[in-house]
Amino acid sequence: MVEISDTPSVDTTEVGDERLEKLSFVTRMLKKPSLGAVVGTITVFVLFAFFDATPNHLWLTQTGLASWSTTAAFFGIMAVPVGMLMIGGEFDLSTGVMTGATAILMAVLMNNLHWNAWLAVFATLIFAGLIGFINGYVVVRTKLPSFIVTLATFFILRGISIGGVLLVNSGSTQISLTGAHYGGLHSLQVLFGSSFLSSSALPNGYSTAILWFVGVTLIGVWILGRTRFGNWVYAVGGDINAARNIGVPVQRTKISLFMGTSFAAALVGIISFAQSSSAVSEQGVGYEFYYIIAAVVGGCLLNGGYGSVFGAALGACIIGMAFEGVIYAGWDSSWDFTFLGIILFLAVAVNMYVFVRAQKARH
Amino acid sequence: MTRPLLSISNVSKFYGNVIALSEVSLDVYAGQVTCVLGDNGAGKSTLIKILSGVVTLDSGSYRFEDEPVSFSGPREAQDAGIATVFQDLATVPLMSVWRNFFLGNELTLGRGLMSRLDINRAKGIVREEMQKMGIDVRDPNQNVGTLSGGERQAMAIARAVYFGAKVLILDEPTSALGVRQSGIVLRYIVQAREQGKGVVFITHNPHHAFPVGDRFVLLRRGKLMATIEKEQTTIEELTRMMAGGPELEQLAHELSLATRKKSGE
Repeated sequence: MVEISDTPSVDTTEVGDERLEKLSFVTRMLKKPSLGAVVGTITVFVLFAFFDATPNHLWLTQTGLASWSTTAAFFGIMAVPVGMLMIGGEFDLSTGVMTGATAILMAVLMNNLHWNAWLAVFATLIFAGLIGFINGYVVVRTKLPSFIVTLATFFILRGISIGGVLLVNSGSTQISLTGAHYGGLHSLQVLFGSSFLSSSALPNGYSTAILWFVGVTLIGVWILGRTRFGNWVYAVGGDINAARNIGVPVQRTKISLFMGTSFAAALVGIISFAQSSSAVSEQGVGYEFYYIIAAVVGGCLLNGGYGSVFGAALGACIIGMAFEGVIYAGWDSSWDFTFLGIILFLAVAVNMYVFVRAQKARH
Repeated sequence: MTRPLLSISNVSKFYGNVIALSEVSLDVYAGQVTCVLGDNGAGKSTLIKILSGVVTLDSGSYRFEDEPVSFSGPREAQDAGIATVFQDLATVPLMSVWRNFFLGNELTLGRGLMSRLDINRAKGIVREEMQKMGIDVRDPNQNVGTLSGGERQAMAIARAVYFGAKVLILDEPTSALGVRQSGIVLRYIVQAREQGKGVVFITHNPHHAFPVGDRFVLLRRGKLMATIEKEQTTIEELTRMMAGGPELEQLAHELSLATRKKSGE
């Protein structure tokens, strides 16, 4: 008989069920959406350790670690929110150009309008939030595929970030800060564009971008796995009608996800600007595909509802290793595209295997 | 007789110039099963959408617990105590049982930025509630997609009941199920009735409706054909009325002619 009580007395401890087979570590791993990314990361790491052509085998030293993890950080900060957006069932093709547009916006505000760095950061974040909101709002309102909507945003932003900069910057699409008279620049660089853990083995240390990457990943894992919002993300991506009928705020969830990718793009833009004190229009264009690749390698389904943020972060690590590893191996850098293509293919094959098991297997 | 828990009278709904529902009245009493019967296109879906708050009525009145109500969405109706188990069950196959159970009503611990899902408590409640339905959830982590159709239906009903439904609206809960699974679902309907819920059971199968129903509301082409108490009817009469008596007799006649012709050859 079913009974209702307001305060159900429930044993909150996890009781073991004797009919549940004890799942071995391997079996449990075979159910994780991030399996492909875990296997891929290890494989690629070992592969480049093997092909490392540098004297003293730098790949396995801190030098190697610092170089690939920095590259991975720039992809990973984006791959995490892009993965969440994909789990929520949408795409964002404007992410790459957004990383560039926000960097150049920082540069214009500081160099041409002489704003304080932190005021510029504030304005850039507002700009990013607005773009993300517009993307999300148009998608949920018009019900057009997000692929199309964000493709439009991509072209609009691409045009503005060239044309707009040419207008205010007397005919050059590159803006570099020169001198030290910029208010707030120093503290901006400490937080976004400096390094840590420098030692005799690694004089330049690790880029702070890596810390941001780790932070964004942890936040993403937390949100997706442990919060109500995370539950809603899986639901809107898995079955939007079911989510709506059960009372999930579908539109708010999707718009928030689009804003998430935009804010992350602004973070990447600010970091890259703080690191180099300069920005070029069109930087980041084309990178949206790397973010999507990282998310897909990480186990995110193209049609939503399934995936892993941790996997997406590992996917970014694979891309970072591929870009840097090719240099360590002494190959021509054009090979990293081929390499990425193969990795994408293999990881997706593994992920499909896991996904099919997750769909039907009870164990 | 006591006053109805939920009552609509003379309700109409139009989609453009299509009359989806015209002057339909319906009463739902606590501790009774009200069956809404009708063939495809009879207006069952429109009726359920109005009751569950998905759409608003164009004319007529909607009263719940003696108060006129107007819901702006299913969530509002659910908060008032009218829970609908839609045909798609509003479950997400790729999400675990416990995540589905609490979807949209998540149990949380902590406040503000530290607000997080109370996973252990959620799993415990799911196991307990499903147990009450007679279903042993081996692992609340398993995806809903791996449950059988009947188990999924039971989960959706258990969820509606757990979140305090006074009126439980079931949209064709047996249509996609086999004989045995349908039987299980019918048992849940009886259980919910015995707990004093007002159950609205929407179906096109009189064989499922008759054993559990207390009252039968027949819809046809958007109009109310009849409201019949169980004592006043038989399953044959119900079937006949539902299909539209004369049409069915005509069909039976044609079929018997065809069979006779074949056996005569």
